[in-house]
Amino acid sequence: MKLALKLAYRNLMGAGLRTWLNVIVLSFSFVIIIWLKGVMTGWDHQAKTDMTNWEIGGGQYWQSNYDPYDPFTITDSHAPIPDELKKQEETGEIVPMLLLQGTIFPEGRMMPVTIRGVSPTQSFLHLPASKLDTGDGTISAIIGAQMAKHSHLKEGDYVTLRWRDANGTFDATDVLISSVFSTNVPSVDLGQIYIPLSTLQEFALLPDEATIITLKNAEESATDYPGWVYKSKKDLTRQVDEMIKTKSAGQTVIYAILLLLAMLAIFDTQVLSIFRRQKEIGTYVALGYTKQQVVGLFTVEGSMHALLAALLSAAYGMPFLAWQAKVGWTMPIDASEFGMAIAQTLYPVYSFGLVVSTVLIITITTAIVSYLPSRKIAKMNPTDALRGKLQ
Amino acid sequence: MESSNTIIIKGLYKRFPVGKGEFTALSDINLNFAQGEFTGLIGPSGSGKTTLLNILGSLDVPSAGEALVLGNSIGMLSAREAANLRKVSLGFIFQSYNLLAVHTVYENVEFPLLLLKLSATERHKMVMDALEWVGLTDKIKSKPPQLSGGQCQRVAIARAMVKKPSLVLADEPTANLDAANSHHILKTMETLNRELKTTFVFATHDDKVISYLRRKVFLLDGRIDKDEIIHPNS
Repeated sequence: MKLALKLAYRNLMGAGLRTWLNVIVLSFSFVIIIWLKGVMTGWDHQAKTDMTNWEIGGGQYWQSNYDPYDPFTITDSHAPIPDELKKQEETGEIVPMLLLQGTIFPEGRMMPVTIRGVSPTQSFLHLPASKLDTGDGTISAIIGAQMAKHSHLKEGDYVTLRWRDANGTFDATDVLISSVFSTNVPSVDLGQIYIPLSTLQEFALLPDEATIITLKNAEESATDYPGWVYKSKKDLTRQVDEMIKTKSAGQTVIYAILLLLAMLAIFDTQVLSIFRRQKEIGTYVALGYTKQQVVGLFTVEGSMHALLAALLSAAYGMPFLAWQAKVGWTMPIDASEFGMAIAQTLYPVYSFGLVVSTVLIITITTAIVSYLPSRKIAKMNPTDALRGKLQ
Repeated sequence: MESSNTIIIKGLYKRFPVGKGEFTALSDINLNFAQGEFTGLIGPSGSGKTTLLNILGSLDVPSAGEALVLGNSIGMLSAREAANLRKVSLGFIFQSYNLLAVHTVYENVEFPLLLLKLSATERHKMVMDALEWVGLTDKIKSKPPQLSGGQCQRVAIARAMVKKPSLVLADEPTANLDAANSHHILKTMETLNRELKTTFVFATHDDKVISYLRRKVFLLDGRIDKDEIIHPNS
């Protein structure tokens, strides 16, 4: 093996440009696959972090009728906040939120919204809820940047807000847009308008009631409160996991194409080598190699492309990947239109396992691709090979 | 008597399939070569000399009969045993040199010693000795494409001789060389044959080579036509 490695190295170095072209193509595969996977991991981290910071905290209690995917449930999704949790509200450990269907009328047009009542004193969600407290009795509201864009509203605007109370009576008032915030979490932004919780409870005739109660810290074991269902952080981020899994599956096609291109180059080189180097193969046999050893030598030689590519990738890939992890990758199109928790700039995250698994996959694939054409050597007649007679 | 012979060939036949039939390349060959011989298999193209050389080099096997090389029956050897025989005891010199183009002169000559797993110190000494025999110690870092035909063949001789094999098989070693280079190469081989007692068997139809031989085995259409021993005083 040591001899095969030594000879393979000499042969590869001797082949010059042909070797380096293959190595460069292969090293691109290394770096791009690691980078793409890193971006996916980074997105996963970012999406979960943003969701945690903006929406789900350490977990949530949902009123048992509440189904975020069924707007018909919202009308009946409210219940008094359990007494045990109320104590935590005072210490800022929970954020109750009441949800109500409503309508706004920006520039005289009608737009359906979900009205969310949130306490201006909440502090652990990134929502700038303190802006809801104007101090002068004005009913203020905050909206996300995408919502502002779609409704043509901006900070300082007044907009008419209409809702239906618990008795089914419609009512309306003008609210001041006191702040427009920017978030990567679309479910916090699109179609949502935030007003003070107490105001909404008053409007809806639902005093002390809420739809969602967000916990600051994750609970080790969920406490059961009648009429409330506990959703752990894992439950609430499952959708993100599944979405990323789907995206990763889609990206596998890209990896496969990249690998295929690199492997095609290696396969081609191997096939060409075996035809062009028949005399050399015959010489190895004449000097005392068995045909199987020559197959081994050619396989090692082909596989060594992966080794050289890994070294080359380390040389230029590591600084590139580190730089990317620092500055991130800014998507050329507006990410907010994607309808999922994705930042405009994604910061790749690389794990040791990711690098090792990528190197292993590429090396093993290269070894297989190198071995397949090399098997032909075993069928060669050494006397014909020595004369360079095409076989 | 037979035990002192490097090569013993008895009733050897070699047939190749051609279409639905067979072509007999060698027919009823019976020959003995003693240690230290400087012998040529002489004949026109297609006479079977290269085929016989390939069998003696364990690169091919007889269809019938027996070829004993250094006590090994070629037809009975496994692929591994045949490779081992070539690795340890045989040296090859080819018409087109068959040097490894991307390796330096030193690495080409070193190659058979790498297979023998000798230490780096031993290898270095033996490579330098071999290159000294052929007068190429100043070219150790050159690669074959940078050398003349004569120099390439001298590298090939050094590679064949570096492990001091018992038998060297040379197939048309001067075919690609001019007269001056041919004589230089042949003198080198003659000297090595004399000093190291290595048996040399040539396949040739080159008069320059023939003039150096001490035994001439003439082949014609796969059969021995004449076996001529040249006495030193003749």
